[in-house]
Amino acid sequence: MTTLRDAVARFVHDGDTVVIEGFTHLICFAAGHEIIRQDRRDLTLCRLTPDLIYDQMIAAGCARKLVFSWAGNPGVGSLHAFRRAVEGKGAPPLEIEEYSHFGMVARFAAGAARLPFWPLRNYMGTDLPRVNPRIRHVTCPYTGETLATVPALNPDVSIIHAQRADAQGNTQIWGLLGVQKEAAFASAHVIVVVEELVDEAVIRADPNRTVIPGMIVDAVVVEPWGAHPSYAQGYYDRDNDFYVAWEAISRDREALERYLDEFVRGVSDRAAYLDKRPELAARLKAKARYCPGVNYGF
Amino acid sequence: MMASVAARELVDGEVVFVGIGLPNLACNLARATHAPHLVLVYESGAVGAAPVRLPVSIGDPALVTGSLMVCGMADVFQLILQNGRIGVGFLGGAQIDRSGNINTTVIGTYERPTVRLPGSGGAAEIAIHARRTLVVAKLSPRAFPERVDFITSPGHGGAGGGGGGASRRQLGMPGAGPVKVITDKAVLEVDEATGELVLAALYPGVEASDVRARVGWPLQCRSRLGRVEPPTATELRLLRDVLDPERRYLQG
Repeated sequence: MTTLRDAVARFVHDGDTVVIEGFTHLICFAAGHEIIRQDRRDLTLCRLTPDLIYDQMIAAGCARKLVFSWAGNPGVGSLHAFRRAVEGKGAPPLEIEEYSHFGMVARFAAGAARLPFWPLRNYMGTDLPRVNPRIRHVTCPYTGETLATVPALNPDVSIIHAQRADAQGNTQIWGLLGVQKEAAFASAHVIVVVEELVDEAVIRADPNRTVIPGMIVDAVVVEPWGAHPSYAQGYYDRDNDFYVAWEAISRDREALERYLDEFVRGVSDRAAYLDKRPELAARLKAKARYCPGVNYGF
Repeated sequence: MMASVAARELVDGEVVFVGIGLPNLACNLARATHAPHLVLVYESGAVGAAPVRLPVSIGDPALVTGSLMVCGMADVFQLILQNGRIGVGFLGGAQIDRSGNINTTVIGTYERPTVRLPGSGGAAEIAIHARRTLVVAKLSPRAFPERVDFITSPGHGGAGGGGGGASRRQLGMPGAGPVKVITDKAVLEVDEATGELVLAALYPGVEASDVRARVGWPLQCRSRLGRVEPPTATELRLLRDVLDPERRYLQG
């Protein structure tokens, strides 16, 4: 159990390969903001969908390289800090390594299983292997079929946002699961950031909901609303208005800097960020929709 | 119009891999009309989703609530898509070319793009694995060039195509690929003999020349050109009043 400040200070270093996962759901903006505040540099940032969080980290100068499969603002448009860097429009250059979603999922699966690569039936007829030499091919020793391969991804650290965990880091997630389980198991270190700390008994009462066991977790941080403007099923809805607003903010380099100065560098922690957004709960707090209990008896 | 034409392509009981935007609208319209047993699969992990509000993103929480199954993305791509369970894939694209190749990666060269687009997401593997792929895009010469700048999702090879002329089957692709392109003026289909997109059906009030003027190659016509029926009153009511009352995706 620690604070986000201490967890980032201890487990995220300049030059590290860092994963903040979560597919639309449970993206840990609180951690991204803390990494910006601690001014980490030369990071290799990996995510299927860089989303607003990596756009902010790219703008803040944290990233040397981006490994990804879909770099847009979902349902809205572009990530403009990312685009400025890749299109060479005055921003510092950003190295990119690009896959499809299936390729990124397979990279995490290989990393989690501690295999050097993962085979997939994919990429024939596409230009992706031409621009990414790490997408290769192997001949199946059983059928002779040619399969695509992607290399294992083993991050230095993965940061996983979740609904709840106990003090040992036994972590439960429901709703969209993304690739958090694979990313966590693939990583040298795992930081879990949760909406709620619960007793071990709560975890044990519903063990099928545990996605990440405490034995692979290095740090547990409690940070309510830590995923905003992403969401946490059962806690708060996605702040779609902010995702729409990001289009104009990220398009204008100065507006983006002003945003970072006010809401990231200008606050000491997540609690201070939330103090600046007192209207969030009224607008986004989740309505109750409980599922009836499950009988685990025997 | 595009949403209702796309919806009619879907058969009740089919398993559809749904993209956000118009495909999402079309799938939910089909579910509300002729295809109540359509199984909507989203790459985010929702299987058999029944969203009560129009999802703004492909990972909207409304896709989870009331869905048949929620699984991790490794399961979506390996156990559902690569396993061969997807009947229809729905894709959009910034560019679609003569061979049905789709580009969602870059305009210009990859190394120095004029416009950097989001990239594949799940599109490459959908175009490879779904039994058939439907494409939704507005017609314009920029969007329909002779040859895309980058093949994100493979079409039908053809001369100079990504496969160097090899057929999809020779390249080992399980699915039929982009067989139909639903535009704002007409429907294009792939000609099985040539692997080329050809004009198949026109919307009311549209002439073949209107379509040809917006396509960057000499567009061939099916020998019997179809006429697309306009949206019915029921389709329009559902789209405007129920599915997209805020007009997020509908125009006009």
